[in-house]
Amino acid sequence: MDLASILLGGCAAGMVLFIVSVGLSVTMGLMGFINLAHGGFAMLGGYAIVLAMKHWGLDFVAALGLAFVSVAALSVVLERLLYARLYGAAELTQVLFTIGLAFVMTASVTITVGPETQVVHLPAWLRGQTDLGFLQYRTYSLALIVAGAALVLGLWLGFERTRFGARIRAAVDNRRMVASLGVDVSRLFTVTFAVGSGLAAVGGGLGAEILGLDPNYPLRYLVYFLIVVAVGGLGRVTGVFFAALLIGVLDFVLKIYFPKGGAIFIYALTLIILLWRPHGLFGKKGA
Amino acid sequence: MKAVEAFARRHRLQWWEALPWLAGIAVFFAFPNHLGFATKVVITILFALSLDLVLGYAGIVTLGHAAFFGAGAYTVGILAQHFNWAEPVSGLAAAALVAGAVGLASGFVVLRTHGLTLLMLTLCTMTLLEQAANMGAEWTGGFDGMPGLAFEKILGLFAFDVLYSRSQYLYSLAWLLGAFALVRTLVYSSFGQSLTGIRENVRRMHAVGAPVRARLILVYAISAALAGLAGGLWAQTTGYVNLAVLGLERAAGILIILILGGYGRLYGAMIGAIAYMVLEDQLAKAYPTTWQLGIGITLVIVALYVPNGILGLAETLRRRIAGKRARG
Repeated sequence: MDLASILLGGCAAGMVLFIVSVGLSVTMGLMGFINLAHGGFAMLGGYAIVLAMKHWGLDFVAALGLAFVSVAALSVVLERLLYARLYGAAELTQVLFTIGLAFVMTASVTITVGPETQVVHLPAWLRGQTDLGFLQYRTYSLALIVAGAALVLGLWLGFERTRFGARIRAAVDNRRMVASLGVDVSRLFTVTFAVGSGLAAVGGGLGAEILGLDPNYPLRYLVYFLIVVAVGGLGRVTGVFFAALLIGVLDFVLKIYFPKGGAIFIYALTLIILLWRPHGLFGKKGA
Repeated sequence: MKAVEAFARRHRLQWWEALPWLAGIAVFFAFPNHLGFATKVVITILFALSLDLVLGYAGIVTLGHAAFFGAGAYTVGILAQHFNWAEPVSGLAAAALVAGAVGLASGFVVLRTHGLTLLMLTLCTMTLLEQAANMGAEWTGGFDGMPGLAFEKILGLFAFDVLYSRSQYLYSLAWLLGAFALVRTLVYSSFGQSLTGIRENVRRMHAVGAPVRARLILVYAISAALAGLAGGLWAQTTGYVNLAVLGLERAAGILIILILGGYGRLYGAMIGAIAYMVLEDQLAKAYPTTWQLGIGITLVIVALYVPNGILGLAETLRRRIAGKRARG
């Protein structure tokens, strides 16, 4: 494989990591809530897409939209009913709760759909190769990169250029100050949580090609999502983006050159980065 | 004055503290066919106890405690397989030493952080060890692990009992008793007091001149050594070591057990391990495909309604009854 192909493949993987992790970063930054069930929303999204395409004959893009809406709605229900009771609770209680929730999601999927790996059938226009002029590359990976880039641009604009984004950024930096200025932080959080979970659902579906899709997804990839968030810095959209690209490309390269134990470098790198900058590469000190 | 007196006496042995050990011996006679399972419970209690020391008393939130369990297990396994060091008691001592050294080194590096960063650093340390164990197949057996480890008789007297795990059970129980006595002495010592102080208010401990970082590193190393002891016992009593001793699942599992029982309470480790493992065992037998749902729902309910664990719940109930009596 030449350098360009490796970089493209890594970027595609990085985009998936970004789409799944960005919601986790913002919600953790906002509420300081350690949500270990975040990967569960990504898995549920993937299953929603597979089942909608299989049973209702929806096309891929419509199924992505459906996954976003349905998982976002589910996450609002869970957030209002359960998560909201544990804001301000001990870190350990939150860890226990979200691990339990991840177990419930895994078990529900195993019971209703079955333990086997699911395949997302891509539409014809996303299959095959595309000629970029200087090389041929998988259309789907290119589409992932384009979609991820569009998404990061949209999120960046929403974050940096809208009043809502300004509120979120302010609340990440100092929640109590923002609350005392009259912003309803709890509603802000509900909306962010829903959008973050919806995006995770889309990421789960888009990434099924790369990460696979089976009931053990939530805990298997939890470490990766957490690494992306920790390296990128809490509540930083751009930070998560660069961290996801870094981890995605590194992982891709290492899997090619050191198929046996390449992951060891990712963990070592994370360790070094966090020791060097405990709040992540892009996080603010004290945030 | 009453509160002061109670505080001054709290380290004294109560009559009921003999009960768990009597129950432990009773299990030996009452369930001769389930001693394999009971041995696993005893070892898990020891592991949870080591976690309680750092998490419950010193307030170090870690997701990577299985690193030390695994270090102990692999030490015992590698010594037995490659160096013919099959003497069990000295093997465990080696396991505790190695795990303690890993704890000392990693504690020195990671304990300067807290919160999510600390959680991630402990997690990454553990996954690093896991990957190393996976890659060093020459020594560790890689993905397949090391099956069929054989050990000499305990103290030259009691052979490991393959069928009923009788000697394994008593052997593990004895180690647990020793470790428990050590941990109990530690947490009621002035060292233990300073740990609680660090958990409750780090700034004040800095202000009064307590060597916070040194204390944290020391307790981390002691706890790691105890976890290594548990891991070594696991390897000796089951006769195999594989990557599962190091994984996130084991680390998360022991965390769940400790929170379920109640952390920072010494006996929480016992109650949690027994409650969780019996529940898991029963559910897995009754509903082989859907048991994880029951565990998940239990965890959610415990987090929402019983955040201080079973012992915390018992304490609240006792206080409420005592309060009613005082008023009524």
